[in-house]
Amino acid sequence: MNVTDPLADLQGLLTAPGIGATACAGVAGVESCLALPAAHWGLLAELAADAGLRHAGLWADALDEERLRVQALFAAADGYLLAQTEVTGAPPELASHTPLFPGVDRLERHAQDLLGVRFLGHPRGAVRWTRHQAWPETAHPLRPDFPLAGDHPGRTPADGDYPIVRLQGNGVCEVPVGPVHAGVIAPGHFRFQVMGEDVLRLEERLGYVHKGIEKHAVGRDAAGLVRLAARVAADSTVAHAWAACQALERACDTEVPARALYLRALLAERERVANHLGDIGGICNDVGFGFGQSQCALLRERWQRDNASHFGHRLLMDTLVPGGVVRDLDPAAPERLIQANGELRRVLRRLFDILDDHPPLNDRLLTTGILAQGTARALGCTGYVAKASGIDHDLRHHVPYAPYDRLRLETAVVEHEGDVAARMRVRMREIHASLGLIEQLLAALPEGAIAAPLTPRPEASGLGLVEGWRGESVALVRLDVAGRVARYFPRDPSWFNWPALEHLILGNIVPDFPVCNKSVNGSYSGVDL
Amino acid sequence: MFRILNQIVRTGLRTEPVARPDAAGLERLGIELRRRVDARFGHSLAIRQVDAGSCGGCEIEIHALANAYYDLERFGIRFCASPRHADALLVTGPVSRHMEQALRRTWRAMPAPKFVIAAGDCACDGGEFGESYASCGAVERVIPVDVRIPGCPPTPLQLVEGLLAALAQDRD
Repeated sequence: MNVTDPLADLQGLLTAPGIGATACAGVAGVESCLALPAAHWGLLAELAADAGLRHAGLWADALDEERLRVQALFAAADGYLLAQTEVTGAPPELASHTPLFPGVDRLERHAQDLLGVRFLGHPRGAVRWTRHQAWPETAHPLRPDFPLAGDHPGRTPADGDYPIVRLQGNGVCEVPVGPVHAGVIAPGHFRFQVMGEDVLRLEERLGYVHKGIEKHAVGRDAAGLVRLAARVAADSTVAHAWAACQALERACDTEVPARALYLRALLAERERVANHLGDIGGICNDVGFGFGQSQCALLRERWQRDNASHFGHRLLMDTLVPGGVVRDLDPAAPERLIQANGELRRVLRRLFDILDDHPPLNDRLLTTGILAQGTARALGCTGYVAKASGIDHDLRHHVPYAPYDRLRLETAVVEHEGDVAARMRVRMREIHASLGLIEQLLAALPEGAIAAPLTPRPEASGLGLVEGWRGESVALVRLDVAGRVARYFPRDPSWFNWPALEHLILGNIVPDFPVCNKSVNGSYSGVDL
Repeated sequence: MFRILNQIVRTGLRTEPVARPDAAGLERLGIELRRRVDARFGHSLAIRQVDAGSCGGCEIEIHALANAYYDLERFGIRFCASPRHADALLVTGPVSRHMEQALRRTWRAMPAPKFVIAAGDCACDGGEFGESYASCGAVERVIPVDVRIPGCPPTPLQLVEGLLAALAQDRD
């Protein structure tokens, strides 16, 4: 058992007279929530870093034309602390958390671009992140006076003068890649500085698929918000929809029927299996092992066809609604799903046996793209990226939410090498763990309703936290006086996993970039929003 | 090696026949360029795909076209890496303003004759996102569109039907 509780310690320090943080009851779904003066925002980061907490995200929220609320989420092994402050002024200024928590770099710049908060002491200064050229630096789309339609005099030019950090010297050359890539992939720009084949530096430039998801959420009702959440990132449609539902349900104090919770977990585990299958195939493909790719693609296709016949959508989109799920399982479905599980297991036993021990594959994957545990911790990585670097953290296990608190989870899936092979092994083991969970869920599926009505509660806020297939997925929802959405922020795990790619690629050769990238598989849409 | 061969033999042939779309199907997809494609592209098609703000759903299903069940290449349709080699541009997403110029440049880089396929509800009419400060609202707002394949996302079968319709041979 824990001898010390870092969250309680931090809370004690912050509420001491010198700092004067006060407990706020405003956000449902997080055990401790503290409001503190803006002047102590930097101290908050120092104390949290001293306590060894992980920074789990930061976002801003315009309360009206003047006041901005900034919230930061900190995670210990078994719980969370949400800190918030209010800033005013033109521009509103706040100490940056990036010097101590490099993983929040892009989140701070996102808040800067969309709401106009300036983070003092940020190592990249005020360099834009999500903003390219679609709106001017002086305008902030998430401020109430900015219309959804924006103000468009004409064509939007390309973002040509973004200041990429350069390495210069004899023999260093630069390789620009993207936004339009050679394959069927989402757009992003990667700038490599190389010496021969070795990567000396990589800088990612994202934001190309920014489509204003947070602005689109404003004014929606609960059902509309969940439909939008399902489209934050299609491969994580269940994860984001579930996190948004959780946030809404906690804010509005809605009791979700047990059967609906089991069905949600079933959907989430099916999403995990489908994506891991796809990525294992993708990793094989990126090192020219076509057999692995074609086998995994077949298995994924079969799995998605079962999704369509039992849940109504191949990717499980729009299967969740506030208060529950859209459709119930047929009486015959559990037996058929368990049978499909058995078939998948039989094929995977043979297939994974080959992938585990195939010298040409091992040759490319072992020791490629190593992410040191210290780097993963410093950045705040979660999901398979963290697990493959020896970090044992999984919300389902350590901060279990319903229905995982009622399930028996296998021993933690952790590997220690931190290379591409380890990330692939974590996925292989997670597939087996998910198949086991699916069987447990189906065996213990409670009877009863599949949805409860959700009555919007005016001016309520809630935080949703689920373990998506990529890792910890967070959703913040704040409702306005009419019970409509005033603020929605989905925090995909990719905010922290994308920067890991910039580190783990160093010293590797350019031709290994695709497989390194695939092993991390950050979401473009999930962070561009 | 024997394990791999064993698994391949056990897997067997999984490729499924795909019904060629009938007249009603062609109308549903809004295809008018069937003859043009036949005449100009010799019944085969090289496609350059551009994600212009998609949530990634359409890409998952486009990827699925390559699996053995659909095996798109058997119809002479393949994805190519460069717009210079492409006959058709397959666009997904509501065209985020940040991709607007890149999409236009990709289209300009393609040699004529060429045509554009908008795949998914967002590409066809803006879908869930529509027109906003961040997105143009439909592919046709930026470049001319010849074929529309609606769906959120369109299933691989709907994509195959749409692509085949663009290539359909007049067998009469």
